[in-house]
Amino acid sequence: MNYTVDSPKETKKEKLLNYSTQFNKEVVLDVKNLSIFYGNKEAVKRANMGIEKNAVTALIGPSGCGKSTFIRSINRMNDLIPSSRAEGEIIYDGINILRSDVNVVALRAEIGMVFQKPNPFPKSIYNNITHALKYNGQKNKQALDQIVEESLRKAALWDEVKDRLHQSALSLSGGQQQRLCIARTLAMEPRILLLDEPASALDPVSNAKIEELILQLKEDYSIVIVTHNMSQASRVSDKTAFFFNGDVVEYDDTKKIFTNPSETKTEEYISGRFG
Amino acid sequence: MNSRITDRIATGVFYTIAAIMVALLLYLFYFILANGLPQVTWDFLTSESSSYKAGGGIRDQLFNSLYILVITMIITVPLGVFGGVYMAEYAKPGKLTSFIRSCIEMLASLPSIVVGLFGLLIFVNKMGLGYTIIGGALALTIFNIPVMVRVTEDAINSVPKEQKEASLALGITRWHTIKTVLLPYAFPGILTGAILASGRVFGEAAALLYTAGLSTPSLDYGNWNPLADNSPLNIFRPAETLAVHIWSVNTQGLIPDIREVANGASAVLVIAVLVFNILARWLGSVIHKKLTAGK
Repeated sequence: MNYTVDSPKETKKEKLLNYSTQFNKEVVLDVKNLSIFYGNKEAVKRANMGIEKNAVTALIGPSGCGKSTFIRSINRMNDLIPSSRAEGEIIYDGINILRSDVNVVALRAEIGMVFQKPNPFPKSIYNNITHALKYNGQKNKQALDQIVEESLRKAALWDEVKDRLHQSALSLSGGQQQRLCIARTLAMEPRILLLDEPASALDPVSNAKIEELILQLKEDYSIVIVTHNMSQASRVSDKTAFFFNGDVVEYDDTKKIFTNPSETKTEEYISGRFG
Repeated sequence: MNSRITDRIATGVFYTIAAIMVALLLYLFYFILANGLPQVTWDFLTSESSSYKAGGGIRDQLFNSLYILVITMIITVPLGVFGGVYMAEYAKPGKLTSFIRSCIEMLASLPSIVVGLFGLLIFVNKMGLGYTIIGGALALTIFNIPVMVRVTEDAINSVPKEQKEASLALGITRWHTIKTVLLPYAFPGILTGAILASGRVFGEAAALLYTAGLSTPSLDYGNWNPLADNSPLNIFRPAETLAVHIWSVNTQGLIPDIREVANGASAVLVIAVLVFNILARWLGSVIHKKLTAGK
Protein backbone atom coordinates (compact mmCIF):
# COMPACT_ATOMS: atom_id res chain seq x y z
CA MET A 1 0.00 0.00 0.00
CA ASN A 2 1.32 3.40 -0.79
CA TYR A 3 -0.95 5.44 1.39
CA THR A 4 0.67 8.31 3.13
CA VAL A 5 -0.35 8.04 6.72
CA ASP A 6 -1.20 11.45 8.03
CA SER A 7 -2.19 10.56 11.56
CA PRO A 8 -0.60 8.00 13.88
CA LYS A 9 -2.66 5.02 15.02
CA GLU A 10 -3.15 6.37 18.52
CA THR A 11 -5.11 9.37 17.43
CA LYS A 12 -7.28 7.10 15.35
CA LYS A 13 -8.04 4.97 18.39
CA GLU A 14 -8.85 8.06 20.38
CA LYS A 15 -11.22 9.21 17.73
CA LEU A 16 -12.83 5.81 17.71
CA LEU A 17 -13.28 5.88 21.45
CA ASN A 18 -15.71 8.72 21.06
CA TYR A 19 -17.98 6.34 19.26
CA SER A 20 -17.35 3.33 21.43
CA THR A 21 -20.56 3.70 23.36
CA GLN A 22 -22.43 3.51 20.10
CA PHE A 23 -20.77 0.44 18.62
CA ASN A 24 -20.17 -3.03 19.91
CA LYS A 25 -17.36 -3.85 17.52
CA GLU A 26 -14.29 -2.31 16.01
CA VAL A 27 -14.99 0.29 13.34
CA VAL A 28 -13.38 -0.35 9.96
CA LEU A 29 -14.69 2.69 8.11
CA ASP A 30 -15.47 5.92 9.84
CA VAL A 31 -17.54 8.26 7.72
CA LYS A 32 -17.54 11.82 8.97
CA ASN A 33 -19.60 14.67 7.60
CA LEU A 34 -19.56 13.15 4.15
CA SER A 35 -21.28 15.24 1.50
CA ILE A 36 -21.33 14.24 -2.13
CA PHE A 37 -22.33 16.60 -4.89
CA TYR A 38 -23.23 16.02 -8.52
CA GLY A 39 -22.71 19.47 -9.92
CA ASN A 40 -24.75 21.62 -7.54
CA LYS A 41 -27.00 18.83 -6.35
CA GLU A 42 -26.11 17.45 -2.95
CA ALA A 43 -26.78 13.72 -3.24
CA VAL A 44 -25.47 12.83 0.22
CA LYS A 45 -25.75 15.40 3.00
CA ARG A 46 -23.23 15.40 5.82
CA ALA A 47 -23.48 11.71 6.53
CA ASN A 48 -21.90 10.25 9.66
CA MET A 49 -21.57 6.53 10.05
CA GLY A 50 -19.16 4.13 11.70
CA ILE A 51 -19.08 0.87 9.76
CA GLU A 52 -18.26 -2.13 11.91
CA LYS A 53 -15.66 -4.74 11.22
CA ASN A 54 -16.87 -8.24 10.34
CA ALA A 55 -20.46 -7.14 10.29
CA VAL A 56 -23.03 -6.55 7.61
CA THR A 57 -24.23 -2.98 7.27
CA ALA A 58 -27.34 -2.51 5.17
CA LEU A 59 -28.20 0.76 3.47
CA ILE A 60 -31.88 1.14 2.75
CA GLY A 61 -34.08 3.89 1.41
CA PRO A 62 -36.17 4.86 -1.59
CA SER A 63 -34.62 5.23 -5.06
CA GLY A 64 -32.51 8.32 -5.46
CA CYS A 65 -31.97 8.74 -1.71
CA GLY A 66 -28.18 8.68 -2.01
CA LYS A 67 -27.40 5.20 -0.75
CA SER A 68 -25.73 4.05 -3.97
CA THR A 69 -23.81 7.32 -4.18
CA PHE A 70 -22.72 6.74 -0.61
CA ILE A 71 -21.48 3.19 -1.19
CA ARG A 72 -19.76 4.16 -4.42
CA SER A 73 -17.80 6.86 -2.64
CA ILE A 74 -16.24 4.30 -0.30
CA ASN A 75 -14.04 2.86 -3.05
CA ARG A 76 -14.01 6.09 -5.03
CA MET A 77 -16.06 4.76 -7.95
CA ASN A 78 -17.70 8.19 -8.04
CA ASP A 79 -14.42 9.47 -9.46
CA LEU A 80 -15.70 8.14 -12.78
CA ILE A 81 -18.43 10.78 -12.80
CA PRO A 82 -16.71 14.01 -13.81
CA SER A 83 -19.21 16.33 -12.09
CA SER A 84 -19.06 14.57 -8.73
CA ARG A 85 -17.30 16.02 -5.72
CA ALA A 86 -16.98 14.82 -2.15
CA GLU A 87 -16.53 16.72 1.10
CA GLY A 88 -15.89 15.37 4.56
CA GLU A 89 -13.91 12.29 5.47
CA ILE A 90 -13.98 8.54 5.20
CA ILE A 91 -11.34 7.23 7.55
CA TYR A 92 -9.95 3.82 6.68
CA ASP A 93 -6.83 2.55 8.40
CA GLY A 94 -6.22 6.02 9.79
CA ILE A 95 -6.33 7.66 6.40
CA ASN A 96 -8.95 9.83 4.82
CA ILE A 97 -9.46 7.90 1.60
CA LEU A 98 -11.11 10.88 -0.09
CA ARG A 99 -7.75 12.64 -0.20
CA SER A 100 -6.57 13.25 -3.73
CA ASP A 101 -3.17 11.66 -3.11
CA VAL A 102 -4.64 8.29 -2.11
CA ASN A 103 -3.71 5.51 -4.50
CA VAL A 104 -7.19 4.70 -5.77
CA VAL A 105 -6.09 1.57 -7.58
CA ALA A 106 -4.66 0.03 -4.41
CA LEU A 107 -7.65 1.21 -2.42
CA ARG A 108 -10.07 -0.58 -4.72
CA ALA A 109 -8.16 -3.81 -4.32
CA GLU A 110 -8.72 -3.56 -0.55
CA ILE A 111 -12.29 -2.38 -0.77
CA GLY A 112 -13.94 -4.61 -3.34
CA MET A 113 -17.25 -3.91 -4.97
CA VAL A 114 -19.97 -6.06 -6.52
CA PHE A 115 -22.58 -4.37 -8.67
CA GLN A 116 -26.30 -4.65 -9.18
CA LYS A 117 -26.14 -6.30 -12.56
CA PRO A 118 -23.82 -9.31 -12.75
CA ASN A 119 -20.94 -8.08 -14.88
CA PRO A 120 -18.53 -10.92 -15.61
CA PHE A 121 -16.00 -10.23 -18.33
CA PRO A 122 -16.71 -12.04 -21.59
CA LYS A 123 -13.86 -14.41 -20.80
CA SER A 124 -13.64 -17.86 -19.29
CA ILE A 125 -14.67 -18.42 -15.67
CA TYR A 126 -11.01 -18.98 -14.82
CA ASN A 127 -9.82 -15.83 -16.54
CA ASN A 128 -12.51 -13.75 -14.89
CA ILE A 129 -10.81 -14.47 -11.59
CA THR A 130 -7.22 -14.26 -12.79
CA HIS A 131 -7.78 -11.01 -14.72
CA ALA A 132 -6.90 -8.77 -11.79
CA LEU A 133 -4.41 -11.21 -10.25
CA LYS A 134 -2.33 -11.30 -13.39
CA TYR A 135 -2.37 -7.53 -13.51
CA ASN A 136 -0.92 -7.54 -10.01
CA GLY A 137 1.95 -9.72 -11.12
CA GLN A 138 0.77 -13.19 -10.10
CA LYS A 139 2.01 -15.33 -13.00
CA ASN A 140 2.55 -18.66 -11.25
CA LYS A 141 0.10 -21.15 -12.71
CA GLN A 142 -0.15 -23.24 -9.54
CA ALA A 143 -0.74 -20.24 -7.33
CA LEU A 144 -3.36 -18.96 -9.74
CA ASP A 145 -5.11 -22.33 -9.82
CA GLN A 146 -5.18 -22.35 -6.07
CA ILE A 147 -6.55 -18.82 -5.73
CA VAL A 148 -9.21 -19.56 -8.35
CA GLU A 149 -10.34 -22.63 -6.43
CA GLU A 150 -10.28 -20.89 -3.06
CA SER A 151 -12.23 -17.88 -4.21
CA LEU A 152 -14.78 -19.99 -6.03
CA ARG A 153 -15.21 -22.10 -2.89
CA LYS A 154 -15.64 -19.01 -0.77
CA ALA A 155 -18.30 -17.78 -3.18
CA ALA A 156 -20.03 -21.20 -3.01
CA LEU A 157 -19.63 -21.68 -6.73
CA TRP A 158 -16.80 -24.20 -6.97
CA ASP A 159 -18.92 -27.35 -7.05
CA GLU A 160 -21.06 -25.96 -9.84
CA VAL A 161 -18.24 -24.87 -12.13
CA LYS A 162 -15.16 -26.93 -11.28
CA ASP A 163 -15.53 -29.03 -14.44
CA ARG A 164 -15.91 -26.10 -16.78
CA LEU A 165 -13.50 -23.46 -15.58
CA HIS A 166 -12.43 -22.69 -19.12
CA GLN A 167 -15.89 -22.15 -20.50
CA SER A 168 -17.18 -18.64 -21.03
CA ALA A 169 -18.49 -16.97 -17.90
CA LEU A 170 -21.45 -15.82 -19.96
CA SER A 171 -22.70 -19.41 -20.11
CA LEU A 172 -23.48 -19.26 -16.38
CA SER A 173 -26.89 -18.36 -15.00
CA GLY A 174 -27.43 -14.86 -13.60
CA GLY A 175 -27.07 -16.05 -10.02
CA GLN A 176 -23.90 -17.98 -10.81
CA GLN A 177 -22.51 -14.96 -12.66
CA GLN A 178 -23.12 -12.81 -9.61
CA ARG A 179 -21.34 -15.32 -7.36
CA LEU A 180 -18.49 -15.38 -9.89
CA CYS A 181 -18.29 -11.60 -9.56
CA ILE A 182 -18.10 -12.03 -5.80
CA ALA A 183 -15.41 -14.70 -6.19
CA ARG A 184 -13.47 -12.41 -8.51
CA THR A 185 -13.57 -9.68 -5.88
CA LEU A 186 -12.62 -12.08 -3.07
CA ALA A 187 -9.57 -13.22 -5.04
CA MET A 188 -8.08 -9.79 -4.47
CA GLU A 189 -8.24 -10.47 -0.71
CA PRO A 190 -10.14 -7.32 0.13
CA ARG A 191 -10.96 -6.32 3.70
CA ILE A 192 -14.25 -4.68 2.88
CA LEU A 193 -16.90 -5.83 0.45
CA LEU A 194 -19.32 -3.30 -1.00
CA LEU A 195 -22.43 -4.88 -2.48
CA ASP A 196 -24.63 -2.54 -4.49
CA GLU A 197 -28.00 -4.31 -4.68
CA PRO A 198 -26.27 -7.60 -5.49
CA ALA A 199 -29.42 -9.67 -5.66
CA SER A 200 -31.99 -7.33 -7.12
CA ALA A 201 -31.55 -8.64 -10.67
CA LEU A 202 -31.77 -12.29 -9.61
CA ASP A 203 -34.50 -14.88 -9.12
CA PRO A 204 -35.59 -15.84 -5.57
CA VAL A 205 -33.46 -19.00 -5.42
CA SER A 206 -30.29 -17.22 -6.48
CA ASN A 207 -31.26 -14.43 -4.15
CA ALA A 208 -31.40 -16.84 -1.21
CA LYS A 209 -28.00 -18.25 -2.16
CA ILE A 210 -26.45 -14.80 -2.21
CA GLU A 211 -27.93 -14.05 1.20
CA GLU A 212 -26.56 -17.29 2.61
CA LEU A 213 -23.19 -16.39 1.12
CA ILE A 214 -23.24 -12.93 2.70
CA LEU A 215 -23.78 -14.46 6.13
CA GLN A 216 -20.80 -16.76 5.59
CA LEU A 217 -18.54 -14.03 4.27
CA LYS A 218 -19.26 -11.88 7.29
CA GLU A 219 -16.83 -14.08 9.25
CA ASP A 220 -13.90 -12.78 7.24
CA TYR A 221 -15.00 -9.51 5.70
CA SER A 222 -16.75 -6.30 6.60
CA ILE A 223 -19.71 -5.97 4.30
CA VAL A 224 -21.75 -2.96 3.24
CA ILE A 225 -24.85 -3.79 1.23
CA VAL A 226 -27.33 -1.56 -0.53
CA THR A 227 -30.71 -3.20 -0.85
CA HIS A 228 -34.26 -2.35 -1.82
CA ASN A 229 -35.49 -5.49 -0.20
CA MET A 230 -36.57 -4.80 3.40
CA SER A 231 -36.76 -8.42 4.44
CA GLN A 232 -33.32 -9.04 2.95
CA ALA A 233 -31.89 -6.20 4.99
CA SER A 234 -33.49 -7.54 8.15
CA ARG A 235 -32.26 -11.09 7.46
CA VAL A 236 -28.63 -10.44 6.62
CA SER A 237 -27.53 -7.26 8.32
CA ASP A 238 -26.34 -6.34 11.79
CA LYS A 239 -26.62 -2.61 11.30
CA THR A 240 -28.99 -0.69 9.10
CA ALA A 241 -28.85 2.87 7.85
CA PHE A 242 -31.97 4.48 6.47
CA PHE A 243 -31.33 7.11 3.81
CA PHE A 244 -33.86 9.66 2.71
CA ASN A 245 -33.22 12.58 0.35
CA GLY A 246 -29.49 12.34 0.92
CA ASP A 247 -29.78 12.35 4.71
CA VAL A 248 -28.90 9.44 6.94
CA VAL A 249 -32.16 9.56 8.84
CA GLU A 250 -31.35 6.77 11.20
CA TYR A 251 -28.44 4.40 11.74
CA ASP A 252 -28.71 1.69 14.34
CA ASP A 253 -28.83 -2.04 15.03
CA THR A 254 -30.93 -3.75 12.41
CA LYS A 255 -33.17 -5.24 15.06
CA LYS A 256 -33.88 -1.83 16.47
CA ILE A 257 -34.53 -0.25 13.09
CA PHE A 258 -37.00 -2.92 12.10
CA THR A 259 -38.81 -3.29 15.39
CA ASN A 260 -38.60 0.03 17.10
CA PRO A 261 -37.18 2.83 14.94
CA SER A 262 -36.74 6.18 16.62
CA GLU A 263 -37.67 8.23 13.57
CA THR A 264 -41.20 8.31 12.19
CA LYS A 265 -39.80 8.57 8.63
CA THR A 266 -37.99 5.26 9.12
CA GLU A 267 -41.07 3.60 10.44
CA GLU A 268 -43.17 4.87 7.54
CA TYR A 269 -40.65 3.58 5.02
CA ILE A 270 -40.24 0.19 6.64
CA SER A 271 -43.96 -0.34 6.94
CA GLY A 272 -44.23 0.44 3.22
CA ARG A 273 -46.10 3.72 3.44
CA PHE A 274 -43.82 5.28 0.80
CA GLY A 275 -40.77 4.45 -1.27
CA MET B 1 -58.16 1.69 -38.48
CA ASN B 2 -56.29 4.81 -39.47
CA SER B 3 -53.16 3.91 -37.53
CA ARG B 4 -53.20 0.43 -39.03
CA ILE B 5 -53.15 1.83 -42.53
CA THR B 6 -50.32 4.20 -41.58
CA ASP B 7 -48.44 1.28 -40.13
CA ARG B 8 -48.87 -0.71 -43.33
CA ILE B 9 -47.79 2.18 -45.49
CA ALA B 10 -44.71 2.76 -43.35
CA THR B 11 -43.81 -0.94 -43.44
CA GLY B 12 -44.29 -0.94 -47.20
CA VAL B 13 -42.09 2.12 -47.64
CA PHE B 14 -39.28 0.59 -45.60
CA TYR B 15 -39.47 -2.71 -47.48
CA THR B 16 -39.36 -0.82 -50.77
CA ILE B 17 -36.32 1.16 -49.72
CA ALA B 18 -34.56 -2.02 -48.63
CA ALA B 19 -35.48 -3.70 -51.90
CA ILE B 20 -34.18 -0.73 -53.91
CA MET B 21 -30.85 -0.89 -52.08
CA VAL B 22 -30.43 -4.60 -52.68
CA ALA B 23 -31.53 -4.29 -56.30
CA LEU B 24 -29.11 -1.44 -56.94
CA LEU B 25 -26.23 -3.38 -55.46
CA LEU B 26 -27.09 -6.52 -57.40
CA TYR B 27 -27.47 -4.58 -60.64
CA LEU B 28 -24.13 -2.85 -60.11
CA PHE B 29 -22.44 -6.15 -59.37
CA TYR B 30 -24.08 -7.75 -62.38
CA PHE B 31 -23.14 -4.89 -64.67
CA ILE B 32 -19.53 -4.69 -63.54
CA LEU B 33 -18.92 -8.41 -63.40
CA ALA B 34 -20.76 -9.24 -66.64
CA ASN B 35 -18.71 -6.68 -68.52
CA GLY B 36 -15.49 -7.16 -66.67
CA LEU B 37 -15.11 -10.83 -65.85
CA PRO B 38 -14.65 -12.00 -69.48
CA GLN B 39 -11.56 -9.74 -69.65
CA VAL B 40 -10.08 -11.14 -66.46
CA THR B 41 -7.66 -13.85 -67.41
CA TRP B 42 -4.56 -15.11 -65.67
CA ASP B 43 -2.56 -13.23 -68.23
CA PHE B 44 -4.46 -10.00 -67.49
CA LEU B 45 -3.67 -10.33 -63.79
CA THR B 46 -0.02 -11.19 -64.19
CA SER B 47 1.25 -8.99 -66.99
CA GLU B 48 2.39 -5.41 -66.98
CA SER B 49 0.15 -2.70 -68.32
CA SER B 50 1.04 -1.27 -71.69
CA SER B 51 0.87 2.34 -72.76
CA TYR B 52 -0.17 2.01 -76.40
CA LYS B 53 -0.41 -1.65 -77.41
CA ALA B 54 -3.48 -3.80 -76.76
CA GLY B 55 -3.39 -6.69 -74.30
CA GLY B 56 -1.81 -4.99 -71.28
CA GLY B 57 -2.48 -6.32 -67.79
CA ILE B 58 -2.87 -4.85 -64.33
CA ARG B 59 -0.30 -6.77 -62.30
CA ASP B 60 1.53 -3.75 -60.88
CA GLN B 61 -1.63 -1.74 -60.27
CA LEU B 62 -3.20 -4.57 -58.30
CA PHE B 63 -0.07 -4.96 -56.22
CA ASN B 64 0.20 -1.20 -55.70
CA SER B 65 -3.38 -1.00 -54.49
CA LEU B 66 -2.82 -3.74 -51.94
CA TYR B 67 0.53 -2.34 -50.87
CA ILE B 68 -0.74 1.21 -50.39
CA LEU B 69 -3.67 -0.24 -48.46
CA VAL B 70 -1.31 -2.08 -46.11
CA ILE B 71 0.97 0.92 -45.60
CA THR B 72 -1.99 3.23 -45.02
CA MET B 73 -3.55 0.91 -42.49
CA ILE B 74 -0.25 0.48 -40.64
CA ILE B 75 -0.22 4.25 -40.13
CA THR B 76 -3.95 4.85 -39.76
CA VAL B 77 -5.09 2.10 -37.40
CA PRO B 78 -2.75 2.81 -34.45
CA LEU B 79 -3.19 6.58 -34.74
CA GLY B 80 -6.94 6.28 -35.15
CA VAL B 81 -7.37 3.79 -32.32
CA PHE B 82 -5.26 5.85 -29.92
CA GLY B 83 -7.13 8.97 -30.94
CA GLY B 84 -10.42 7.21 -30.34
CA VAL B 85 -9.28 5.94 -26.94
CA TYR B 86 -8.29 9.49 -26.05
CA MET B 87 -11.65 10.90 -27.14
CA ALA B 88 -13.63 8.19 -25.35
CA GLU B 89 -11.66 7.79 -22.15
CA TYR B 90 -9.35 10.69 -21.48
CA ALA B 91 -10.84 13.81 -23.06
CA LYS B 92 -12.78 15.76 -20.45
CA PRO B 93 -16.02 17.25 -21.69
CA GLY B 94 -15.42 20.90 -22.40
CA LYS B 95 -14.59 23.46 -25.03
CA LEU B 96 -11.30 21.88 -26.03
CA THR B 97 -12.87 18.47 -26.55
CA SER B 98 -15.73 19.80 -28.64
CA PHE B 99 -13.22 21.82 -30.66
CA ILE B 100 -11.18 18.65 -31.30
CA ARG B 101 -14.36 16.82 -32.21
CA SER B 102 -15.40 19.43 -34.78
CA CYS B 103 -11.88 19.35 -36.23
CA ILE B 104 -12.16 15.60 -36.67
CA GLU B 105 -15.55 15.92 -38.31
CA MET B 106 -14.32 18.62 -40.69
CA LEU B 107 -11.30 16.53 -41.58
CA ALA B 108 -13.63 13.63 -42.37
CA SER B 109 -15.72 15.73 -44.72
CA LEU B 110 -12.81 17.16 -46.75
CA PRO B 111 -13.16 16.27 -50.44
CA SER B 112 -10.50 13.76 -51.34
CA ILE B 113 -9.27 15.85 -54.25
CA VAL B 114 -8.45 18.62 -51.77
CA VAL B 115 -6.55 16.16 -49.62
CA GLY B 116 -4.74 15.06 -52.78
CA LEU B 117 -3.72 18.62 -53.59
CA PHE B 118 -2.62 19.14 -50.00
CA GLY B 119 -0.49 16.01 -50.35
CA LEU B 120 0.97 17.33 -53.59
CA LEU B 121 1.91 20.55 -51.86
CA ILE B 122 3.33 19.06 -48.66
CA PHE B 123 4.67 15.59 -49.39
CA VAL B 124 5.49 15.86 -53.09
CA ASN B 125 6.79 19.43 -53.30
CA LYS B 126 7.63 20.82 -49.86
CA MET B 127 9.17 17.63 -48.54
CA GLY B 128 10.56 16.89 -51.97
CA LEU B 129 9.54 13.25 -51.95
CA GLY B 130 8.09 13.32 -55.46
CA TYR B 131 5.30 10.91 -56.27
CA THR B 132 5.66 8.10 -53.74
CA ILE B 133 3.75 5.32 -52.08
CA ILE B 134 4.41 6.84 -48.68
CA GLY B 135 3.08 10.20 -49.87
CA GLY B 136 -0.07 8.49 -51.10
CA ALA B 137 -0.42 6.53 -47.89
CA LEU B 138 -0.05 9.69 -45.80
CA ALA B 139 -2.67 11.50 -47.87
CA LEU B 140 -5.04 8.59 -47.43
CA THR B 141 -4.25 8.55 -43.72
CA ILE B 142 -5.39 12.16 -43.46
CA PHE B 143 -8.92 11.39 -44.44
CA ASN B 144 -9.10 7.95 -42.87
CA ILE B 145 -7.94 8.92 -39.38
CA PRO B 146 -11.18 10.78 -38.59
CA VAL B 147 -13.17 7.69 -39.53
CA MET B 148 -10.97 5.48 -37.38
CA VAL B 149 -11.09 7.90 -34.43
CA ARG B 150 -14.83 8.23 -34.63
CA VAL B 151 -15.47 4.52 -34.98
CA THR B 152 -13.08 3.65 -32.13
CA GLU B 153 -14.65 6.27 -29.89
CA ASP B 154 -18.14 4.95 -30.60
CA ALA B 155 -17.06 1.35 -30.14
CA ILE B 156 -15.45 2.10 -26.79
CA ASN B 157 -18.40 4.17 -25.64
CA SER B 158 -20.71 1.30 -26.50
CA VAL B 159 -18.91 -1.06 -24.12
CA PRO B 160 -21.32 -1.52 -21.20
CA LYS B 161 -20.44 0.77 -18.30
CA GLU B 162 -20.61 -2.28 -16.03
CA GLN B 163 -17.60 -3.86 -17.74
CA LYS B 164 -15.42 -0.86 -17.14
CA GLU B 165 -16.62 -0.52 -13.55
CA ALA B 166 -15.99 -4.20 -12.92
CA SER B 167 -12.38 -3.90 -13.95
CA LEU B 168 -11.71 -0.62 -12.15
CA ALA B 169 -13.41 -1.88 -8.98
CA LEU B 170 -10.94 -4.78 -8.90
CA GLY B 171 -8.12 -2.32 -8.44
CA ILE B 172 -6.93 -2.22 -12.02
CA THR B 173 -5.56 0.95 -13.59
CA ARG B 174 -7.39 2.80 -16.30
CA TRP B 175 -4.87 2.02 -19.00
CA HIS B 176 -4.85 -1.70 -18.17
CA THR B 177 -8.65 -1.67 -18.17
CA ILE B 178 -8.64 -0.05 -21.60
CA LYS B 179 -6.16 -2.61 -22.86
CA THR B 180 -7.69 -5.77 -21.44
CA VAL B 181 -11.40 -4.99 -21.16
CA LEU B 182 -12.49 -2.08 -23.32
CA LEU B 183 -10.45 -2.67 -26.47
CA PRO B 184 -11.20 -6.42 -26.74
CA TYR B 185 -14.89 -5.68 -26.19
CA ALA B 186 -14.84 -2.88 -28.74
CA PHE B 187 -12.80 -4.89 -31.23
CA PRO B 188 -15.63 -5.85 -33.63
CA GLY B 189 -16.67 -2.20 -33.95
CA ILE B 190 -13.11 -1.06 -34.49
CA LEU B 191 -12.64 -3.76 -37.10
CA THR B 192 -15.73 -2.61 -38.99
CA GLY B 193 -14.27 0.89 -39.01
CA ALA B 194 -10.97 -0.42 -40.33
CA ILE B 195 -12.77 -2.32 -43.09
CA LEU B 196 -14.72 0.77 -44.09
CA ALA B 197 -11.53 2.78 -44.11
CA SER B 198 -9.72 0.23 -46.23
CA GLY B 199 -12.62 0.14 -48.68
CA ARG B 200 -12.12 3.86 -49.12
CA VAL B 201 -8.39 3.37 -49.61
CA PHE B 202 -8.93 0.72 -52.21
CA GLY B 203 -11.36 2.77 -54.22
CA GLU B 204 -9.67 6.12 -53.84
CA ALA B 205 -8.32 7.76 -56.97
CA ALA B 206 -8.48 11.53 -56.51
CA ALA B 207 -6.19 11.75 -53.49
CA LEU B 208 -3.66 9.44 -55.08
CA LEU B 209 -3.43 11.15 -58.47
CA TYR B 210 -1.32 13.90 -57.02
CA THR B 211 0.56 11.95 -54.37
CA ALA B 212 1.34 8.43 -55.56
CA GLY B 213 1.35 9.39 -59.21
CA LEU B 214 0.18 7.91 -62.49
CA SER B 215 3.08 5.65 -63.25
CA THR B 216 4.90 2.67 -61.89
CA PRO B 217 8.57 1.95 -62.53
CA SER B 218 9.24 -1.49 -63.95
CA LEU B 219 9.31 -3.79 -60.98
CA ASP B 220 11.24 -6.94 -60.27
CA TYR B 221 9.07 -9.07 -58.00
CA GLY B 222 12.09 -11.13 -57.04
CA ASN B 223 13.80 -8.14 -55.47
CA TRP B 224 12.64 -7.87 -51.88
CA ASN B 225 15.09 -5.21 -50.80
CA PRO B 226 12.77 -2.35 -49.83
CA LEU B 227 15.44 0.20 -50.66
CA ALA B 228 16.04 -0.89 -54.25
CA ASP B 229 14.53 1.23 -57.01
CA ASN B 230 12.94 -1.69 -58.83
CA SER B 231 11.69 -3.44 -55.69
CA PRO B 232 7.91 -3.55 -55.36
CA LEU B 233 8.35 -3.00 -51.60
CA ASN B 234 10.11 0.34 -51.98
CA ILE B 235 7.83 2.96 -50.43
CA PHE B 236 9.65 5.83 -52.12
CA ARG B 237 8.64 4.90 -55.64
CA PRO B 238 5.66 6.17 -57.60
CA ALA B 239 2.75 3.77 -57.77
CA GLU B 240 -0.37 3.83 -59.86
CA THR B 241 -3.19 2.00 -58.12
CA LEU B 242 -6.03 0.09 -59.72
CA ALA B 243 -8.57 2.87 -59.18
CA VAL B 244 -6.18 5.46 -60.59
CA HIS B 245 -5.45 3.16 -63.52
CA ILE B 246 -9.14 2.86 -64.35
CA TRP B 247 -9.44 6.61 -64.30
CA SER B 248 -6.31 7.19 -66.36
CA VAL B 249 -6.96 4.67 -69.15
CA ASN B 250 -10.45 6.09 -69.46
CA THR B 251 -9.37 9.71 -69.68
CA GLN B 252 -5.95 9.66 -71.29
CA GLY B 253 -5.36 6.10 -72.41
CA LEU B 254 -3.75 5.56 -75.81
CA ILE B 255 -4.34 1.81 -75.90
CA PRO B 256 -6.91 0.45 -78.36
CA ASP B 257 -8.52 -1.81 -75.73
CA ILE B 258 -9.40 0.93 -73.21
CA ARG B 259 -12.90 -0.48 -72.67
CA GLU B 260 -11.70 -4.01 -71.99
CA VAL B 261 -8.92 -2.99 -69.64
CA ALA B 262 -11.15 -0.60 -67.71
CA ASN B 263 -13.94 -3.16 -67.40
CA GLY B 264 -11.57 -5.92 -66.37
CA ALA B 265 -9.83 -3.70 -63.84
CA SER B 266 -13.17 -2.62 -62.37
CA ALA B 267 -14.25 -6.23 -61.94
CA VAL B 268 -10.96 -7.05 -60.22
CA LEU B 269 -11.31 -4.02 -57.96
CA VAL B 270 -14.82 -4.99 -56.92
CA ILE B 271 -13.85 -8.59 -56.30
CA ALA B 272 -10.75 -7.55 -54.36
CA VAL B 273 -12.81 -5.29 -52.08
CA LEU B 274 -15.33 -8.07 -51.56
CA VAL B 275 -12.71 -10.71 -50.79
CA PHE B 276 -10.92 -8.29 -48.51
CA ASN B 277 -14.10 -7.56 -46.56
CA ILE B 278 -14.96 -11.21 -46.11
CA LEU B 279 -11.42 -12.11 -45.07
CA ALA B 280 -11.23 -9.24 -42.61
CA ARG B 281 -14.55 -10.19 -41.05
CA TRP B 282 -13.56 -13.82 -40.74
CA LEU B 283 -10.20 -12.92 -39.22
CA GLY B 284 -11.95 -10.47 -36.92
CA SER B 285 -14.37 -13.05 -35.60
CA VAL B 286 -11.50 -15.47 -34.98
CA ILE B 287 -9.55 -12.84 -33.06
CA HIS B 288 -12.63 -11.70 -31.17
CA LYS B 289 -13.31 -15.25 -30.03
CA LYS B 290 -9.72 -15.61 -28.90
CA LEU B 291 -9.88 -12.34 -26.97
CA THR B 292 -13.15 -12.93 -25.22
CA ALA B 293 -14.18 -16.52 -24.60
CA GLY B 294 -12.19 -19.63 -23.88
CA LYS B 295 -8.57 -19.57 -22.78
